[in-house]
Amino acid sequence: MSRMLALRIVVVLTLALGINYVAWRWMFSLNWDAWWIAVALVAAETYSLIDVSLFGMMMWRAYTRPAPPAPPADATVDVLIATYNEPIDLVMTTALAAREITFPHRTWVLDDGARPELAAAAAAAGIDYLSRGTEWIDRPRHAKAGNVNNALMETQGEFLLILDADQIPRPEILDHTLGYFTDDKVALVQTPQVFSNVTVEDPLGSQAPLFYGPIQQGKDGWNAAFFCGSNAVLRREALMHLGILGYVREVEGSVRTALRDASRVVRGARRHPAARNPAVAHALTEVSHAIRQARAAIRRDEPLAEVTFVLHERVDAAAAGIVVGEVTSLADDLREISELAGTPESPYLLDIDETVARLATRELSPFKALEAVRSALDTIAIDRGHEAQPVMPLATISVTEDMATSMRLHGLGWKSVYHNELLADGLAPEDVGTMLTQRLRWGQGTMQVFLRENPLLQWKMSLPQRLMYFATMWSYLSGYAAVIYFAAPIVFLVFGILPVSTNAWDFFLRFIPFMIANQLLFFVAARGIPTWRGQQYSLALFPVWIDACTTAFNNVVLGIPLNFAVTPKTRQAHTGQQWHLIKPQITVMVMLVVAIIVGCVRLFVNGAEPIGTGVNIGWAVYDLVVLSVLFKAATYQGFTPEAAPEEHPEQ
Amino acid sequence: MNFRTETIAGNVAAIRADGRLNMVSAPLLREVVSAAIAAGTVRIVVDLSGVDFMDSSGLGALIGGLKVARQAGGDLRIAGATPQVALVFELTHLDRILQNHATAETAYRD
Repeated sequence: MSRMLALRIVVVLTLALGINYVAWRWMFSLNWDAWWIAVALVAAETYSLIDVSLFGMMMWRAYTRPAPPAPPADATVDVLIATYNEPIDLVMTTALAAREITFPHRTWVLDDGARPELAAAAAAAGIDYLSRGTEWIDRPRHAKAGNVNNALMETQGEFLLILDADQIPRPEILDHTLGYFTDDKVALVQTPQVFSNVTVEDPLGSQAPLFYGPIQQGKDGWNAAFFCGSNAVLRREALMHLGILGYVREVEGSVRTALRDASRVVRGARRHPAARNPAVAHALTEVSHAIRQARAAIRRDEPLAEVTFVLHERVDAAAAGIVVGEVTSLADDLREISELAGTPESPYLLDIDETVARLATRELSPFKALEAVRSALDTIAIDRGHEAQPVMPLATISVTEDMATSMRLHGLGWKSVYHNELLADGLAPEDVGTMLTQRLRWGQGTMQVFLRENPLLQWKMSLPQRLMYFATMWSYLSGYAAVIYFAAPIVFLVFGILPVSTNAWDFFLRFIPFMIANQLLFFVAARGIPTWRGQQYSLALFPVWIDACTTAFNNVVLGIPLNFAVTPKTRQAHTGQQWHLIKPQITVMVMLVVAIIVGCVRLFVNGAEPIGTGVNIGWAVYDLVVLSVLFKAATYQGFTPEAAPEEHPEQ
Repeated sequence: MNFRTETIAGNVAAIRADGRLNMVSAPLLREVVSAAIAAGTVRIVVDLSGVDFMDSSGLGALIGGLKVARQAGGDLRIAGATPQVALVFELTHLDRILQNHATAETAYRD
């Protein structure tokens, strides 16, 4: 407990010193002559202060949970291994390990690649195998969320352990997590994702020890630990609850919209030349009445299944009315002709009932002329016909379905647990290209959730829960701040423009205590976990974070696809050096080096101001050290076990 | 849990459910509904009077059946829900979509 007290004191100290510094920066130190860089820099600093405040809030409750109770003996569990294109060997290694989990369960391979070889391998090992059914053809597949949603309809276990194909479970994974579900409100238990194919040096920054540790524990302290897609156990009832509510919300919205659109389309159709035909005009009037009454019924809260059923029956009757009118007059004509011809039993005599029934089916109806009306009416449906399944328990609004799903669960009052024990051994990407694709996907998914279901506006969650989700999204805006942190020293060293207008003493007096407290906070919070690699990557991957924000914005607001890529689970064929992937960072590094040289020349030759120049050279060198991580990443040749078979310490 | 299907007046398939309609029996209900429709009866009523417990998976099976029935040009309705079961519909707002009819026999009496 004394550690928590120390941590809280450092949190308070950091925030107090941070607010003192940033407030002073805004009020007394802006160089308005160079407002463009001055305001940009103070905005970036404010961004960082908010970031560290949210981090402090997390650390406030970063407890380690006591061991959970024993699992409910009668719990039924499905272990679901989601795969798309990973090698069969890799999937089977995970599947066989899953089969050996000690708590009774049923293991399933969910193969989105529908590979017969994998089906055969699973069958040979006595493991169940599922792939998507025909209902998914020509409908959105929703990637992994769709894969798991499909499996939810085919399986029956009370709990689901979800594993990526590259996360090899340990036998005790269920024994150590199911006990939390003795609390009926617990919907999710997330465990860490740690990678066994990474050297201690971790050149690609694969391990996220701060996240799968103090950060998730801190979120957990506020009941906001979130689902990370793998190594997690979920309660089926919670997911289905979410799915049913989602279905109702979706249907209510779509029926209302479709009725409104249909009214408009019918009004348009009445101006169509075909509407001069009295039978058509009559039918349109009838359809328009039916729509108006359906809308009134919905306003009276009548059940939508009945309302839409009655509406479609009336519309079908109206369509049949047109046909009856036309066929009856046609039959009259034929009868007259045959009578004139004197043949009493004409072969042309129609079976009117049968013909009407046939013509009134949607394809043959004269309503074909008024196609728009028909298709507008067809969208008034309660079966979510555009989706493969009417009920979609896992959220499909984002490529990071996991985070979106847990946020909705929290909104419904379910609880989550972060269990900080290594219970699966993962395989991380081994080349910089794959790593960058993965990071981009996480950023894109997170920003999609932010833009589609902004956590700050999810009123059913508590304020701390909303802030905990917001904190993750906020951290993905760091790319913009990073650009400013790289640009500011370059601007000063090359052009002599200082964004801060003050004397050195006033600046250092406020800045240095904040900086020290900030580093101390990370040091105390991390409990000896290495955090430097993570700090480097959060700045060095700035182009990825910016790209993630831009593409997510384009996707959500402008409807442009993300070009979503599945993260390859094995090393890519081109393991050569991949400098082309980090061009923006190399450009920045060259600019920083040039700036340092120019700064030195200005200092020694032109007699520039020494303290400012010194601080900015120091700053530029720090930026270079941060970015230097990418040299190791770009030249990384993948993991060779004999190089460093060191065990990662359990956290 | 068991399901009995019988054809009642108006060419309606009445599926009588008994016991717990939950994650274990939900897949079975979906199969029973699909079988009735495949056999040519597209008007379905699920009689819930014998159901003493229902969870979200049970609701999911009803929604799945409703989709299959509507796409076949028919309908799926529910009847006889006990107060406990009706409460599950209210809590998930599914009562905004499906109406509980008094008995299977009256479900299609429009």
